[in-house]
Amino acid sequence: MNEISTLKEDNVAAKLTIKDFTSDQEVRWCPGCGDYAILKCMQRTLPELGATRENTVFVSGIGCSSRFPYYMDTYGFHTIHGRAPAIATGVKLANPELDVWMITGDGDGLSIGGNHMLHVLRRDVDINILLFNNKIYGLTKGQFSPTSDVGTKSPSTPQGSIDPSLNPISFALGAGARFAARTVDTAQKHMPGVFTRAHGFKGASFVEILQNCIVYADETWGPVTQKKTAADLQLLLENGERMIFGAERNRGIVFNLEKFALEAVTIGEGGITEDDILVHNEQNLGIARMLAELGGAPGEPMAMGVLYADQAEQSYAEAVTAQVEAQKGKRSLKDLIYAGQTWEVK
Amino acid sequence: MASDVQVLESAVVRFAGDSGDGMQLTGSQFTSSTALSGSDLATFPDFPAEIRAPVGTTFGVSAFQINFGAKSIKTVGDQPDVLVAMNPAALKTNLGNLRSGGLLVVDSGAFTKRNLQKAGYESSPLGTPMMENYQVIDLDISKMTLESVKEHGLGNKEALRCKNMWTLGMMLWMFSRKREPIADWLNAKFAKKPEIAASNIAALNAGHAFGETAELSATFKRYQIGATHTDKGLYRTVTGAQALSWGLAQGAELADLQIVLGSYPITPASPVLHLLAGMKELGIVTFQAEDEIAAICAAIGASFAGSLGITSSSGPGIALKMEAMGLAISTELPLVIVNAQRGGPSTGLPTKTEQSDLYQAIYGRNGDAPVPVISSRSPGDCFEVAIEACRLAVKYMTPVMLLTDGFTQNAAEPWKLPDLEALEPFPAVQMETPAEGEDFSPFKRDTETLARNWPVPGTKGTEHRIGGIEKDFDTGHISYDADNHQKMTDTRLAKIAGIARDIPEQDIAQGSAADKVAVVGWGSTFGPISEAVKVARADGLDVSHIHIRYLNPFPANLGDLLSGYDSIIVPEMNAGQLKTVLRDRYLIDAKPLNKVSGLPFKIQEVLDAIHAETSVGSK
Repeated sequence: MNEISTLKEDNVAAKLTIKDFTSDQEVRWCPGCGDYAILKCMQRTLPELGATRENTVFVSGIGCSSRFPYYMDTYGFHTIHGRAPAIATGVKLANPELDVWMITGDGDGLSIGGNHMLHVLRRDVDINILLFNNKIYGLTKGQFSPTSDVGTKSPSTPQGSIDPSLNPISFALGAGARFAARTVDTAQKHMPGVFTRAHGFKGASFVEILQNCIVYADETWGPVTQKKTAADLQLLLENGERMIFGAERNRGIVFNLEKFALEAVTIGEGGITEDDILVHNEQNLGIARMLAELGGAPGEPMAMGVLYADQAEQSYAEAVTAQVEAQKGKRSLKDLIYAGQTWEVK
Repeated sequence: MASDVQVLESAVVRFAGDSGDGMQLTGSQFTSSTALSGSDLATFPDFPAEIRAPVGTTFGVSAFQINFGAKSIKTVGDQPDVLVAMNPAALKTNLGNLRSGGLLVVDSGAFTKRNLQKAGYESSPLGTPMMENYQVIDLDISKMTLESVKEHGLGNKEALRCKNMWTLGMMLWMFSRKREPIADWLNAKFAKKPEIAASNIAALNAGHAFGETAELSATFKRYQIGATHTDKGLYRTVTGAQALSWGLAQGAELADLQIVLGSYPITPASPVLHLLAGMKELGIVTFQAEDEIAAICAAIGASFAGSLGITSSSGPGIALKMEAMGLAISTELPLVIVNAQRGGPSTGLPTKTEQSDLYQAIYGRNGDAPVPVISSRSPGDCFEVAIEACRLAVKYMTPVMLLTDGFTQNAAEPWKLPDLEALEPFPAVQMETPAEGEDFSPFKRDTETLARNWPVPGTKGTEHRIGGIEKDFDTGHISYDADNHQKMTDTRLAKIAGIARDIPEQDIAQGSAADKVAVVGWGSTFGPISEAVKVARADGLDVSHIHIRYLNPFPANLGDLLSGYDSIIVPEMNAGQLKTVLRDRYLIDAKPLNKVSGLPFKIQEVLDAIHAETSVGSK
């Protein structure tokens, strides 16, 4: 008994708090920016995960969101535009034990860094990727981004943007991501759970965070993230649970075989019962791809939470390390150099 | 009976044939056998960029040149003494360079109407007056090869593939080289296809036997080239890529760091990636990235996390890496960047050599972004230079650019095996957890080297954030302060400039400071300059050869040394880059001697420039 209580006390003493993860740097985002809420949530969640400051590394690219590492009292590397996935991969290759978080935005991660994002996901490098999606370039003053809706008027598109917009989760799943999730900057109750899942997943975890840019794209997510309408327009996924949503919990998602698509229905209407509603299976890639696109039609909710999670046997850095370890020490450099055909001059 | 053996001091042999004729293999095997005989040598693989260019065309010709001798060999030789031409296209593209009176061996079996047409000959040049200038041996090698491998039951196409071994056998006989190492090599290479090994060995033996027994004209002589190397020790042949990869591994070992190599396939740098990927025994991690940028970024990430990040590429890839190099300069992380230069601009001449990335190395990148730049003069020299690149990167917390080139990468030379135990270690210092109350800043500098601390993730108490934004001199935090940016820029420049105190003074490779003319080179022009200066000095000219390894910063004494000469010639395989840098740094009248043909300098070309300069000087 005594022993156990001692252990407990030690745990309490060792447990870090939000303060331990808050750096002494002044946060420089615009007042009202959605990034504040994400930062607070991270600083609050890390102690809960048992994370340590010395083993945690935040790597970012360039953009508003990429200032994030400066505000975390951990190791941090604010790198160059779009390249955070490659730098984070290098960190992980050098030391697979580190807990690596990557912070990026829709421009950094999907435009200039799209190629690196594709490959870090494909390789399944064991890092947690948070993509702050505000559908705009903030730091360069408001140009449209790859996730902007068609018709977005911006300094570079005075007549409205023409480029079709990209769905980050569809992109991630297409690239071969084995973990894809979505949450909202203001969802302080939902976000910690998503961070926890991403952190626990061995492999590349991709998290899209719907984030509001108060200056250049205020309310860009519209009713989906607004308090009054969120319940009707967000499908909060739970593995093994039915896909039911709505303020009155009477709406759900079914698979329409004729259209070969997901469909939002109302329970009790047209003969629909609760049993008709799909049960969420995180390991079903086909359904995850459809869930990623959900929310496009009026009245359709956007899927939130973990859309897909299917852990591989071995993550990338582990596999790389295993190959090296299998060979290590078998030959020395001298063996290599002195091998082959040699001759002696006497 | 074998003909009389004529003793030669040195010989240049060039094997030329279609890309599919196996000329690189023939040349490299001839090289191994030559090296084992103890001769000094230099090789020049000269091949097209296309993997399988259309058969029989002039642009599909692949050649391998070797210069070997009983004396010290520093170049691949200006003009071949012996040319082996396996088809009309090879003859067409190479004959012009054969020494007048030189020996020409051709496979007349390949001189078909179609092949002649493809090479642009209206009729066969064999036996015509244009051959009178050479000693010609035309043999139907194709037919004799087929005959020699008949018993092994290969199809016609596969049997014909053995003709390079038949030719090699004859050349081995001609130069009194051993066949055994090549037979061993064939047996090992085709261990799973014994009939292929047997056929190739049969062809090799048949070619050799032909030389021994054939009743040919008196021109068909046998030569003996003796052994060289007065320096005692164990030798092997080495290519630049090998020596470089081993040097990097050795450098990391001396620094007590693990290598993480980020690389992306590119000619002619890829062999470094291949070799290091095959060296996992030493704990080396290699990462073939999605592109050049990711390759350097992964290396930077690895250095941030406490490994020695290395990236290797060639000109176009290096251009892509420039922004990331700036990040490593700004965050002051150790990094080795290998640039195996090739013909440019743009895609340029991927398989041809050039040294036109000196500007890119010294002046590239946005902002005032200095990096140390060092270069290797020969394949074997790459070992030492690679170790030095690692040392500077770690000691000064800086990216280092190591310049080699396509020629050095692929060429081979005999190399005296280094005494690895005698190398001085330079262990990297990574920060430990600071003591209670001790101040910590990631940008605290060593007062002498100006290198910053190296705190690495995983260590308690040294958590910090860095990035490409300007940092405060004292704390390392973001700073937009005007005076601070001036101070940081000055400090970064001073740190690199200070390396001049930590590198050897510039030596004079040949000659003395009392000479009138200095021929100043860098990189793989070492061989031709060295030979040309040797000849000029033997002619009584007051000429020195100075070869610069450290291109940024220059050795501390270089300015004074150069100002002592009346005139300075700078031969370069570019349009005059070192010349510009020397003029910039020392306000001296460095005169350019430029060659941008994708081929190394000839001794004669450098010698002509020396003569021109000395005759001007004597007026």
